[in-house]
Amino acid sequence: MDWGALSLSLQLAAATIVLLLPLAVLLARPLAWREFRGKGLVDALVTLPLLLPPTVLGFYLLTVFGPNSILGQTWSGLTGRSLVFSFDGLLLASLLVNLPFAVQPIQRAFAAIPRETREAAWCCGLSTWQTLWRVELPLAWPGVISALVLTFVHTLGEFGVVLMVGGNLDGATRTLSIAIYDRVQGFDDAGAGQMSALLVVIAFAAVGGLHWLTHRVGVGRRD
Amino acid sequence: MTDSVLRVELRQRQPIPLDCGFTCAAGELLALVGPSGSGKTTVLRAIAGLLHPAAGNVQCGAATWLDTSLGIARPPQARRVGLVFQHYALLPHLTVRQNVMLGVSDLPPQAQLQHADEWLTRVHLDGLEQRRPGQLSGGQQQRVALARALARATGGGERADAAPGVLLLDEPFSAVDQVTRRKLRTEVARLRGELKIPIVMVTHDLDEARALADRIVVLHRGQALQTGTPEQVLNRPRNTAVARLVGLNNVFAGTVAVADGAPCLQWGSRRLAITDFFGFAPGDAVSWVIPAEGVLLHRPERPTQGDAENPVVGTISEVLRLGSFTQLTLQIAGETQPLSFQVSSHVVDRNKLRPGGSASVTLLAQHIHLMPAE
Repeated sequence: MDWGALSLSLQLAAATIVLLLPLAVLLARPLAWREFRGKGLVDALVTLPLLLPPTVLGFYLLTVFGPNSILGQTWSGLTGRSLVFSFDGLLLASLLVNLPFAVQPIQRAFAAIPRETREAAWCCGLSTWQTLWRVELPLAWPGVISALVLTFVHTLGEFGVVLMVGGNLDGATRTLSIAIYDRVQGFDDAGAGQMSALLVVIAFAAVGGLHWLTHRVGVGRRD
Repeated sequence: MTDSVLRVELRQRQPIPLDCGFTCAAGELLALVGPSGSGKTTVLRAIAGLLHPAAGNVQCGAATWLDTSLGIARPPQARRVGLVFQHYALLPHLTVRQNVMLGVSDLPPQAQLQHADEWLTRVHLDGLEQRRPGQLSGGQQQRVALARALARATGGGERADAAPGVLLLDEPFSAVDQVTRRKLRTEVARLRGELKIPIVMVTHDLDEARALADRIVVLHRGQALQTGTPEQVLNRPRNTAVARLVGLNNVFAGTVAVADGAPCLQWGSRRLAITDFFGFAPGDAVSWVIPAEGVLLHRPERPTQGDAENPVVGTISEVLRLGSFTQLTLQIAGETQPLSFQVSSHVVDRNKLRPGGSASVTLLAQHIHLMPAE
């Protein structure tokens, strides 16, 4: 068992959730409720990571993150760290790759809230933020939980993009999925088996937990 | 709380045409009536601030909520509007009490609780405070929505410092059954007497408007065609468009005349007595209307003195039984437009009225109303 890889994977997944979920909520609201120019394009861009082969996405990210790119230079200028083959780059890639997994469930949940419900809150004097906290998020809660679980599990399992952008540096970019691949390459089937089993358990627990949570929340809203 | 008058002026062409203006005094219930798509709900949403019209002015007491000429368009949060939505729009994750508390969310928590419970008692929902909307019947949900809107519109109570508000009702009884509707109607009638705030109600139900409203605004394609008391609008429509919108279908063409110095109406070869010139001069071509209740069927077996008033004979073209009432349609010689009215169903049986038979009626002079010719 590569505990370093497990710890790195968990850190990456946690950081992704913490940064991505608020962003997804802000992005999902206008996509669910507003009509604006370029909405179709934004929708398509959000979905794109779902459709692109991870290696293709990884290749472009590698190019954009590279030390010769504007983004890469700006980042190293600001932080002194590189975006490629580093945790920073991995996190940024993870945010992009997980965009559809985070945005789409939340967007669907927001879309299911009737317009009148929000208008009633406004007419009661609740500000846009109060309405978000007291009405929209409680009602969209199952969608937010779905987004959280999907993003978490997907980050643990992501392989192609991680390998392209992060490489395979022990303690820095070697996540659990990469470690499994590594062990198989090194004929350590027992090690690969342990880690694979762990991922299966995590995924299963996540889905079970998701089901339990949304069911509980769903019942709570009905009674 | 100071009495506040609501003043509304709305003009726009796109996307939904609006061209209307009206006022509603404190304690007055104004009904906006019109067919589906006439812009009633749009007007209500503009008052609430959920929609900003191209041009307009909305004032509530001393507060200006909208003045497009000055660039003022206050958001719904800044308008003290209690809006009862057509489908209640309760927040499903909150209890009944919490829903009503939202209406006074600007007060301290203890006061919120107190006001919420007071309003719930006033709409007869005490005991259901801890329920969630999903556990209530449609009528009960509508009462919660009403309590929430009242709490908001009155600022929690008759506080001296409370900004004046309005109560807006959007087809408030359309989603509930007949019996519940009647009960809710009674309740609104009672509340109207107790509240000193303007109430604007949208409805397509003329009976509801007649029963509850002090004044009615008839809307058609966003345009206010007539504003007046229910009696004025429903019996004295300003023109044939209003007449048809308020369900008066006995509209005919005629010419104003004078007989023995008294006004009368030349209708084809017939001459009808009328009570007023309605501002027209002899010789003017007019459209005229008579509500169904102004048409009385003669009983051949029991002629009365009244039968002499504006007698008209026609051929029965339709006998439509509607429970205890029957709608009769008469084809009058020389007229394309038929005359319809209602009689008790037993009269139809007793007089053996059938399509093809002939019937004689009186058109009561006091019910004949003249309008500009179509």
